[in-house]
Amino acid sequence: MSAEARAPEMRAPSTGLRGRNYARNYWPFVVPAGVVVFAVIVFPWIFTLYMSVHEWEVGGAFTFVGLDNYLRLPTDERFLWAVVRTLYFTALSVAFPVILGVAAAVCFHRNFPLRGLARTIFILPMMATPVAIALVWTMMFHPQAGVLNYLLTSVGLPPSLWSYSAATVIPTLVLVETWQWTPLVMLIVLGGLASLPTDPFEAARIDGASAWDTFRHLTVPLVWPHIIVATVIRTIDALKAFDLIFVVSGGGPGTSSETINLYLYQTAFAFYNMGYAAAMTVVFFIIILLISLVLFTTRQQEKWQ
Amino acid sequence: MKGYQVRRLVGRFFFGLSVFALVSPAILVFLWMLSLSLKNEVDNMSFVPVFIPNPPTLNNFIEVFERNDFLTYTINSVIVSFGATGLALLLGVPAGFGVAKAKAHKVAALIMIARVTPGLSYLIPLFLLFQWIGLTGSQAPLLITHLVITVPIVVWVMIGFFEGLPSELEEAALVDGATIWQAFRHIALPLARPGIVVAMILAFIFSWNNFIFGVVLAGRTTRTLPVAVYNVISFEQVSWGPLAAAALLVTAPVLVLTLLMQKEIVAGLTAGGVKGG
Repeated sequence: MSAEARAPEMRAPSTGLRGRNYARNYWPFVVPAGVVVFAVIVFPWIFTLYMSVHEWEVGGAFTFVGLDNYLRLPTDERFLWAVVRTLYFTALSVAFPVILGVAAAVCFHRNFPLRGLARTIFILPMMATPVAIALVWTMMFHPQAGVLNYLLTSVGLPPSLWSYSAATVIPTLVLVETWQWTPLVMLIVLGGLASLPTDPFEAARIDGASAWDTFRHLTVPLVWPHIIVATVIRTIDALKAFDLIFVVSGGGPGTSSETINLYLYQTAFAFYNMGYAAAMTVVFFIIILLISLVLFTTRQQEKWQ
Repeated sequence: MKGYQVRRLVGRFFFGLSVFALVSPAILVFLWMLSLSLKNEVDNMSFVPVFIPNPPTLNNFIEVFERNDFLTYTINSVIVSFGATGLALLLGVPAGFGVAKAKAHKVAALIMIARVTPGLSYLIPLFLLFQWIGLTGSQAPLLITHLVITVPIVVWVMIGFFEGLPSELEEAALVDGATIWQAFRHIALPLARPGIVVAMILAFIFSWNNFIFGVVLAGRTTRTLPVAVYNVISFEQVSWGPLAAAALLVTAPVLVLTLLMQKEIVAGLTAGGVKGG
């Protein structure tokens, strides 16, 4: 994902005119994959655009309706609420994993016994099958028989309804999302830390800087590009979150945790309202693209300063 | 003891504590999953939790296999994930080589956009398409759709890998009269083996874990494991033991793979930030 993850100096120098001929010779290697990418990735994009200006009945034909599907979106209260919930869920599901992920990266950057094993265990949540862990968390959230409420009451805290109440369902989902995706932030930032020069840190130590000052004024600015990349990736993934919400709450109770993706699923595969769902997909995609672009632009500005 | 020694000891204690605080949530959820899967229903539902199964029972696992078509779902998952990973390697490794050598960075940008697109936006058109051509009732639609996940991962990882390889060896072969294909086949490909392993593991794991494509496209007999666990087992059996056992069985191959191949997985994820679906 990150452009700077591929070190530019690793690229072979361009060979001018000869380079151009050179490039053309390599196209046969790309064509087979290109055909498949076109069929399963590019074609669906085009077809979605086509569908978004049509009405489609189950088993029936397409009738052209112009921009009707798009114009319906701003008047659809359920969609607007889904947008609000998506942004709320995303803001929390980016903030917590990024903060914890940076802290974890700083920890794992230090040497300690069994570090390799600890790091492997730490990344297990992001590799495990999302449906499987979502089911286990659902059992843990159960208000009567779940282990979490037992733990809360045994330390004197009031029990919670977790994913079973409209008031707490989104923070509960954020908790699982944080548990699952903090490791990815950690890995990206850890990669950044590993590539840093050691001299400034030695200088800071000789000058007697405290650990916090070193972190605040040296570590964070130096790995800032990696933190931004992690933030962008996390934002895209949080906006697209589906499995976890679908399994833990199904968008409920009621529609209290229904994000754009969940409503999209309902519209397409429960109501079979394909044209409207296609228009929603296009708008959803634009929202994701805009937010990632804004984040990337922030990063460019940081670079220029 | 001198003051600075005490400070260092206290610092070490708090550092150890923070590592413990980071790692324990990760391991405890999996241990709880294991605990649920090894207990009988009475112990699973009691308010004061039974943490360590006493005595542990394998009945839940037996029940998963006896009462469900778990074997069929496993075979479906294996066909879909191995097929999609294999095809992606076949197509994606040469493509990564071509893109890296031709410096076609626009192709790389296309892969990026594919990474940003939500999985559902592929599903709506592909769902209609598969209905039209009547490709239902086999694993083929799922396998084809999983290429959406695996091909970008493989191409992305391989571009990075081939760009990092020194080009002198290939150029020497080309000067000596080898064709580009021979240079790829006999020089670049053997050098790229570690990269291929990384691409293969990541593509396989993200295909295996995928849920959303199966939920929409799989029929009763073509369900993959994650869909089966959600659809069949969670609804037909309310009991937690078999559910936890099934969840554990689904994710066990991925966990074992992660433990065995953590170096490759970390390398691939750090460089690419790839994730499917």
